Amino acid sequence: MITKRIIPCLDVRDGRVVKGTNFQGLQDVASPVELGKFYSQNGADELVFYDITASAEGRKLFTDILTRVASTIFIPLTVGGGIHTLEDFDRVLKCGADKVSVNSGAIRNPQLIAAAARRYGDQCVVLSVDAKRVDGHFRVFAKGGREDTGMELLPWIKRCVANGAGEVVLNSIDTDGVKQGFDLEMLEAVCGVVDVPVIASGGAGCEEDFVTLFHRLPAVDAGLAASIFHFGQVQIPHLKHRLQEENILVRL
Amino acid sequence: MVGIIDYGVGNLFSLQSSFRSLGESVFVSSSREELNQADHLVLPGVGAFADAAKKLTQTGLDTFVKDQAATGKPLLGICLGMQLLFEKSYEYGQHPGLGILKGQVVPMEGRIPSGLKIPHMGWNQLQWQQGNLLRESQGQYVYFVHSYFAQGCDDSLAAVTEYGIPITAAVEKGNVFGCQFHPEKSGAAGLEILRRFCKL
Repeated sequence: MITKRIIPCLDVRDGRVVKGTNFQGLQDVASPVELGKFYSQNGADELVFYDITASAEGRKLFTDILTRVASTIFIPLTVGGGIHTLEDFDRVLKCGADKVSVNSGAIRNPQLIAAAARRYGDQCVVLSVDAKRVDGHFRVFAKGGREDTGMELLPWIKRCVANGAGEVVLNSIDTDGVKQGFDLEMLEAVCGVVDVPVIASGGAGCEEDFVTLFHRLPAVDAGLAASIFHFGQVQIPHLKHRLQEENILVRL
Repeated sequence: MVGIIDYGVGNLFSLQSSFRSLGESVFVSSSREELNQADHLVLPGVGAFADAAKKLTQTGLDTFVKDQAATGKPLLGICLGMQLLFEKSYEYGQHPGLGILKGQVVPMEGRIPSGLKIPHMGWNQLQWQQGNLLRESQGQYVYFVHSYFAQGCDDSLAAVTEYGIPITAAVEKGNVFGCQFHPEKSGAAGLEILRRFCKL
């Protein structure tokens, strides 16, 4: 059977990984190529590269970096950040990305997912959603979680999946950065309305948070995190052994 | 020298990079003359069966691939490229394949237990059945993304993977090989399979 996936996410600005890291034996912890290689050799099942650059020069650096990452790392690569048009899809896929994640781009232009799924296939299109509780409702936020779109989470996700999103990354703003565990309540609600893979993001602080995630919500396919992996608080090979002890299927 | 057959389907960047990382010389081409020079051929493919089969025919590469397979040159189909090796596909209608291997391509829907997600996407384990290419890969995890699979290919079945039912993961018959998974996306386990293919 298919394994649960553990996915580190790398934020890249102007061609460098943002957020310090403290890996031993890595010459340049801010190099996406070095860090990507490190993760792929240390049990990551997939890598997500998120371009948080605003400038055109930064974007060019990002695509150069992506090409180098994709020619040295042979596990699935998902790329997100600044994806607003089919040309953006084309740009990153040509550099070796396997999947492209859209967030604000889909909110601004809801036809984007349908058009991309028609051209590249559903499996290539990942919907990424930032969501937060507002007056007891799950709401979709845009612009990196700064702007309340007023849209309800579940209808939005259902619509995007119907349009062809082949996978959903749910990032809970409520649990993000708190390191007290994933947002199980929100994830459960999302798993109840879609039949495509759901990736949990936001809130992991320790290994046990992943154990709880996969035990409580077997429908969740993957756990994504950034800083706890970058800072070495959670080491992926160790995490995977822990999951295996708990009879959660992982690739070792 | 490895020749990757380019018939306008899919992105060949990773596939090419993976052979290069193994130190193999590799090229991508749609020219029969050029591909004829290769001593190993790879038939890639993503997307819909009918589109891919049509493009293969339009470029005249369908007869080329069949002829090359008949000469005994090692040929590896990957993902949709593997599915094209069979007689027929039932993806949105009925479409003839290259017919190099016996078998047909059928949807997972209705054949695997309900509750399992389609596409079958992620890392799953190889169970070796026969043949040389995957013998050493028994028990290893490789990366799959597909919604259709090959059936009725008992005479070439090389490995299966479990997804509610046994799913054809790889085939091998003489010099013809196929992987439903993506060796170029399967980490060290996948690169090892490509390396062994190059040594054939």
